[in-house]
Amino acid sequence: MSHPDCVHCGLPVSEGALLEAASRSFCCAGCRTAWDILHDRGLEQYYAMPERRLARVEASGRGFEEFDHDTFQVRYVTRAGECAETDLYLEGIHCASCVWLVERVPLALPGMISAELDVSRSRVRIQWDAERATLSSIARLLDALGYRPHPFRGVDAEAMRRAEGRSAMVSIGVAGAISINVMLLAIALYSGWLSGMDHDLQRYFRWLSLSLATVSLLWPGRAFFRSAWAALRARSLHMDVPIAVALAAAWTRGLANTLLDRGPIYFDGVATLVFLLLVGRFLQQRAQRAATDSAELLYSLSPTTARVVGDDGRIAEVPAEALLPGMVCEVRAGDTVPADGEITAGHSELNLSLLTGESRPVMVEPGAAVYAGTLNSTQALRVRITATGEQSRLGRMLAEVALGATKRAPIVQLADRLAGRFVAAVLVLAGATALVWWHRDASRAIDLSIALLIVTCPCALALATPLAVTVAVGRAARRGILVKGGATLERLAQPSQLILDKTGTVTEGRTALVRWDGDDATRVRVLALERHSNHPIAQGFVKAWSGLAACDATDVVNTLGGGIEGVIEGRRIAVGSPRFVAQRLLDATAPAIHDGSADAHTPVWVAEDGRLVARAWFGDPVRADAADSIAQLRQRGWRVRLLSGDDEQVVARVGAQLGFVASECEGAASPERKLAAVEAALAGGDVVMVGDGVNDAAAIARASVGIGVRGGAEASLAAADVFLARPGLAPLVELTEGAARTMHVIRRNIAFSLIYNCIGAALAMAGLINPLIAAVLMPASSVTVVLASWWGRTFDETPPAEPSARRDDALPAGVATTAVAPATPKAAHA
Amino acid sequence: MSVIYVVLPVALFVVLIAVLAYVWAAQHGQFDDLTTPAIRVLHDDPPAKVAEQRESEPSETNKTP
Repeated sequence: MSHPDCVHCGLPVSEGALLEAASRSFCCAGCRTAWDILHDRGLEQYYAMPERRLARVEASGRGFEEFDHDTFQVRYVTRAGECAETDLYLEGIHCASCVWLVERVPLALPGMISAELDVSRSRVRIQWDAERATLSSIARLLDALGYRPHPFRGVDAEAMRRAEGRSAMVSIGVAGAISINVMLLAIALYSGWLSGMDHDLQRYFRWLSLSLATVSLLWPGRAFFRSAWAALRARSLHMDVPIAVALAAAWTRGLANTLLDRGPIYFDGVATLVFLLLVGRFLQQRAQRAATDSAELLYSLSPTTARVVGDDGRIAEVPAEALLPGMVCEVRAGDTVPADGEITAGHSELNLSLLTGESRPVMVEPGAAVYAGTLNSTQALRVRITATGEQSRLGRMLAEVALGATKRAPIVQLADRLAGRFVAAVLVLAGATALVWWHRDASRAIDLSIALLIVTCPCALALATPLAVTVAVGRAARRGILVKGGATLERLAQPSQLILDKTGTVTEGRTALVRWDGDDATRVRVLALERHSNHPIAQGFVKAWSGLAACDATDVVNTLGGGIEGVIEGRRIAVGSPRFVAQRLLDATAPAIHDGSADAHTPVWVAEDGRLVARAWFGDPVRADAADSIAQLRQRGWRVRLLSGDDEQVVARVGAQLGFVASECEGAASPERKLAAVEAALAGGDVVMVGDGVNDAAAIARASVGIGVRGGAEASLAAADVFLARPGLAPLVELTEGAARTMHVIRRNIAFSLIYNCIGAALAMAGLINPLIAAVLMPASSVTVVLASWWGRTFDETPPAEPSARRDDALPAGVATTAVAPATPKAAHA
Repeated sequence: MSVIYVVLPVALFVVLIAVLAYVWAAQHGQFDDLTTPAIRVLHDDPPAKVAEQRESEPSETNKTP
């Protein structure tokens, strides 16, 4: 048989991975399980669909027992009688057929009521009969289909955002309907003004316009008055203040003219203005919400379960929130420690990089303290819990994060800063107009000054920022840069101080082979041996030499904290720490053993039949694009510094490699020290903090702009304003460049709108204004701004070439791209 | 032209109904997700076997005891 495509996913089946069952071929076990599920339930119609999910099914195979735990049920599940409901995030949602798989297949489970998927947010709402089904069985089914479920944690925040979104939709709809109808009435009035119109009819149209515009102002338009009033009470000037002044002036003037039965009424302008401004705001809110949704999805992926060992020795998976001090947990290799505790059994190495920034693993043994948030890398441990939640070291750090966020100064956007001067200038001009005309023609003085207030309404000015930001945030999201608050783009546009974390940000945050001193034949043998271990060093060898063909090793023995040995092609090979290998050497010519702390690398020796044949050094490699990116940032005027919790010598070495002078690198910084460093730097201007760990989170929250990087801890992602969903530092350069270009577009928009306003003001002061000119100038300025925002070059529009992702921090595909994509084209229609 | 005094209020009343319908739809989440329903409608043909199975289950449980 030649190589047919996989029956389930349709991808070509590679040789050696072929699994054949009853003349069907599968590329992997995951696809086969998924196919079996569909086949058993008679759902083969899936395979007739025109568009299918072309991806291997990668099931985690977990039991999801914690989903049935009481604590989980209390936190995430709502019950109404027997019907239970919960929201789950699903990894791997790509396409149309996902909707079918997620919504239809679980229905075959007894007790399942409904599943409703939201594709753009990768979220499914599940309803089931709690008497007849368990959530874990549903979760296992979704997992087997390739959609790994995670509890959705941000329910409250999401409910708030949804309510905001809905009320904005209502306001826009009402304002839009009113503005169109007032505009129709206005067209009749304008044509009547040119060609003569029955006086009674004119009065009738005016009263209708007045009543409609009043509804628009009181219902959707009240948001502007409320926010303007709040700004005035806070003794600040906000963009909404001039808008509220202009709206109120136009409405009052229209009301007076309607009552007096003469002159222009401006109600069409009022209604259109309310509508356009609401649309601008809504678009900005929506783009930011999509970015926030995507970022939230990413940090929901961090594990929340713990394996509790019962008194009878049985292990049950429970949600991490259900842990209590005194319980004993099992932490397997590759798991995150769920709570602070003390090791009761087992030896292992812990990776502390997310908690403290240390890049080198730490050996632990019974009696040692371990902290929540650290990663167990080699062997299973038993841990007796001593502190959980807020009492744990992680919890205390998170409290610092909340504190840091409250101290942060809010961003006053350029348009708002201008608004203050703008209001002052307009009021002075209106006063001057009234004063000058009082002496020339007293009857027109009030008219003209009010006309000036109306025609200078900063409609385009108020649209200038939101539209430019919306377009930029949407395009950035397609490039894997999730901007949660559009205002942060303003701060990123001007080069200021940039503080980089080292481990996981500038470096890759994992152990990798950095130097090899030996011949090729030895490499093959080392690789054969290291395939038998899941130690980070062994993984480092396997990853570095993935292209090499391996031979077989026999009699493999792993020695914890030492190394690995075995027989390959009749030779006895030992690979491990210098101390471990030195014990197996027969000749005395071995170099002196040192532990490598001096050069910041972990040395590994290789012995073959008692002779030292090769040496290797392991370390945390600097990201390939780091040096280039940092050079580019410096060139643009950023003052870049390195601040790390790792060992000072390691930081100094990495810093030197990247061209930092010694004063720009600081090592051994505790989270408190990082926070203090950011606070000190704030005295010298804006500070941008880039980091990935929990230890950076407080500093990220306190900095003018906090940036989280891919693969980071939940806390740092939650605190960050911008999240880089692509690995490396290149997106950081792109972000600052895009922000600078966005600011350029904003400035150009503001310039346009100010020019229009100057023309309008000049016409009003010269007494030349009439309603027709006002009616043309107002929308013309808005349309110019909308078009300029849309055509402005901000972020590159082509999606980035995604380098092969590491499995452990892989993005759920489509998160960054699908969620935000629909937000931008609308801007052109606004 | 006097008909316009009647027609305009009628037209505005129609607009009012449309606006109220829209407000109801927005407040009941009809615009929350604009992507999935467009996809879901393409699959809106419940698989026959699942439907049968779901109907037959309760009757089976009734028979067995």
